[in-house]
Amino acid sequence: MIFERGHFIYEFWVARFSLLAGLWTTVSTSFLTIVIGSALGLVLGLVLAYGIWPLRFLARFYVDVIRGIPLLVLILFAYYGLALFKISVTPYWAGVIALSAFCVSHVAETVRGAIQSVPAGQDEAAKAIGLPFLKRVRYVILPQALRRVLPPWVNTALEMVKGTTLLSVIGVVELLLASQQAIARNYLILQFYLAATLFYFIVNFAIAQLAAALERRFRRFKY
Amino acid sequence: MLNYNFNWSVIWRNWDKFVDALLLGLGMAVVSLLIGTLIGLLVAYARGAGPRWLRWPAFVYVEFIRNVPLLLLVFFVYFGLPELGIYGLDKVQSFVLTLSLYAGAYMAEVFRAGLASIPRGYAEAARAIGLRPLQRQRYVILPVMFRITLPSITNNLVSLFKDTSLAAAIAVPELTFTARQVNANTFRVMESWLTATALYLFTAYAIAIVLRLVEKRYAVIR
Amino acid sequence: MALLEARNVQKHFGSVEVLKSIDLDVEQGQVVALIGASGSGKTTFLRCINLLEQYDAGSIALDGEVVGFTSDGRRRPLSERRVSAQRARIGMVFQQFNLFPHMTAEQNVMLGLTKVQGKAKDEAATIARHWLDRVGLSERRDHYPYQLSGGQQQRVAIARAVAMSPRLMLFDEATSALDPELVAEVLAVIQDLAKSGMTMLLVSHEMLFVRDVASKVVFMDGGRIAQAGPPEEVFHHPENERLKTFLGRFHGMFGQPV
Repeated sequence: MIFERGHFIYEFWVARFSLLAGLWTTVSTSFLTIVIGSALGLVLGLVLAYGIWPLRFLARFYVDVIRGIPLLVLILFAYYGLALFKISVTPYWAGVIALSAFCVSHVAETVRGAIQSVPAGQDEAAKAIGLPFLKRVRYVILPQALRRVLPPWVNTALEMVKGTTLLSVIGVVELLLASQQAIARNYLILQFYLAATLFYFIVNFAIAQLAAALERRFRRFKY
Repeated sequence: MLNYNFNWSVIWRNWDKFVDALLLGLGMAVVSLLIGTLIGLLVAYARGAGPRWLRWPAFVYVEFIRNVPLLLLVFFVYFGLPELGIYGLDKVQSFVLTLSLYAGAYMAEVFRAGLASIPRGYAEAARAIGLRPLQRQRYVILPVMFRITLPSITNNLVSLFKDTSLAAAIAVPELTFTARQVNANTFRVMESWLTATALYLFTAYAIAIVLRLVEKRYAVIR
Repeated sequence: MALLEARNVQKHFGSVEVLKSIDLDVEQGQVVALIGASGSGKTTFLRCINLLEQYDAGSIALDGEVVGFTSDGRRRPLSERRVSAQRARIGMVFQQFNLFPHMTAEQNVMLGLTKVQGKAKDEAATIARHWLDRVGLSERRDHYPYQLSGGQQQRVAIARAVAMSPRLMLFDEATSALDPELVAEVLAVIQDLAKSGMTMLLVSHEMLFVRDVASKVVFMDGGRIAQAGPPEEVFHHPENERLKTFLGRFHGMFGQPV
C-alpha cells in the first residue's frame, strides 16, 4: 500500500537520490554565497564607513544599485550576461556569483550601520590612549559593531538560503527544481511541494531561533 | 565591453511591452500591499490582544510565511490550489493571492512592533476622556501606529515591487518575464536586461522618494 | 453626600499592597491635594478613581454611582461602554501630558467633545477655542504637540480635560515633567480653575502651590492616609512622625508665617 506506485512514500523513496542531490546543491550554494558575500560585504562595509570619498562613492553606488533590483533579475542577468564577456560559467556558478553580489550589498550596508552606531566616544577614548586607526577599528570598534551585526546578518543569511530557490529558474537543480522534477514524474503536486516547504520552514525557523537565542546571550554586552 | 555593439532599437520597438509589464508589476505590488495590510492588521491584533486560540495560528502563519521561499509559495498556490479543488484563479490572481499572503506576514510584524512602540500614555489619555475601546483604536492608536510604521510600509512596498519579478516563473508578463522574452527573441542580452534593471531601479527609488515625502508630511515627532 | 466618596479602597500589584485602605470624601468645589513620598500610593489612588487601575476591594463613588462596578454592592464589573461614560465625567491630566501626537491642539481638545459627547464639529470647535483661550493658547491652536513647549502641551492637556465639563478633575503630578521655568504657567492655569469652583483632586510635589490652592491636604504613607486636614493644620501642626520627616525636606519653605 505505502510501497506502491503513486503513493508519496514510494515516490519519495524513488526520488531520494535526486532530492538529496538537490538538497546538497541548496546547501553548497547557500554556504558559498554566505561565505563569499559576508567576507566581501565586511570589506565593502568598512569602505562605506571609512573609505576615501571616490571609493566610498563607488561602494555606495554598487550597494544602492544592487539593493534596488530584484534578485531574480540579477541571477538572469548574470546567467545570460556573463557569457557575453567570454566568461564561460555553468549556471551553478552564474547563480553563486549573482547571489553573492546580492549578499555583499546587504552585508555591507549592515556593517556600515553597525559601525556608525558605535558611540563616537568609543573611538575618541581609543584615540586618547594612543591607538592608531587600524587598531582602533580592530580592537575597539569592530568587536562592538559585530554584535549589532548578528541579527540582521542572520536575516540576510536566511534570505540567501531562500534565494537559492531562484536558481531553479536558470536550471540549477537545487531542492525546489529537484522536487519539481519528481512532481513531473509522479504528479504528486501537493505532497512534494509541501515536503519542500516544510523542509525550508524547519531549517530556517531553527536557524532563526538559534540566532535569537545567541542574540539574547549577547545582550548583556549592551551599554 | 568586449566587442559588444549595442543596438537599442529592439528596446524601442518593444517599449510598449516594457511599460505594460512595469505597470502590471506595480499594480500587483500595490494590491498585494493593500490586502497584506488588512491581513497584517488582523494578525497583529490577534497576536497582541486576541484570545489564546487565535494567537497560536497567527504566530504559525507569520513564522511559516517568513521562513519559506516565496518562489515555493508561488508554485504551491499556482499548482496546488487546483489540486485542492480550487479552480478559476488565473496566473495574475494566483500570484497576487500569494504575494498578499506573503505581505500579510511581514506587515503583521511591522504592525506588531508599531503597536508595541506606542507609549501607554496615549491609550490612557484616550481612556481618560471616555473613548470606548474601538474608538481608542480608531482615533488614537491606529493613526499613530500608521504614522510610526510608514517608513516600514514604504520599504515593504519597494520589496513587494521587486518580488513581483517572481511572477515570471509562472509566465505572468511582468518586467522580468518581458526582458527574458525580448532577450530570447532578439538575442540583445545587454539591452534587454539593462532596460529591465533600469526600470526596476527607477521605479523602486521613485516609490521610495514619493513615500518619503508622504512620511515627512505625516511624521509623528514624539 | 460628597461628590466623591472613597471607602476602604484596596489595591495590590502582585504581592505588594499599594493601597491598604483609603477612605476619602471630596466635596463639590473642594480642592484636595494628595501629598506623600513616592511609592505611598497617591498616583495609584488617583488612577483607580477613573479606573485606569482596577481597585481590588472597597468602592469609589462619584455622585453616588460606584465607578467601574455595579452599585448594588455585588461588585460586578460594568461594561466598557458604561465605564467609558463614567470616565467622561472625570477629567485627568497626566505627568507626561499624553497629547495625541497626530492632532493639533484644537483637534486634541475636540476629540472627546465630538466622539464621546457627540457634539457637532462647530460646537466642539467653539468650546475648544474657548478653553484654549482660557489657558492662554488661542494663538497655538493649530500647532501640533511637538511644536509646543512642555508647559504649553500641559496647558492643552488641561484644556482637553476641562472642555468635557467634568464633575471632577484629577491632576497626576502635572508639573513634575516640566522644566522649572515652565512650572509657573501651568500652576497658574490650575489655580485659575480652582478659583472658578472646579472640584479637583491633585497629586503634587509643589508644596507652596498646594498650600495656596488646596482646601484640604491629605498626607499618604504606605498605602494609607496618615493625616488629612486644612493646609495650615497639616503643614504647621503635623502630628504624624512620617509627615514631619516628609515636610522636613521642604523646611524653610514654610518658615515665614502664611
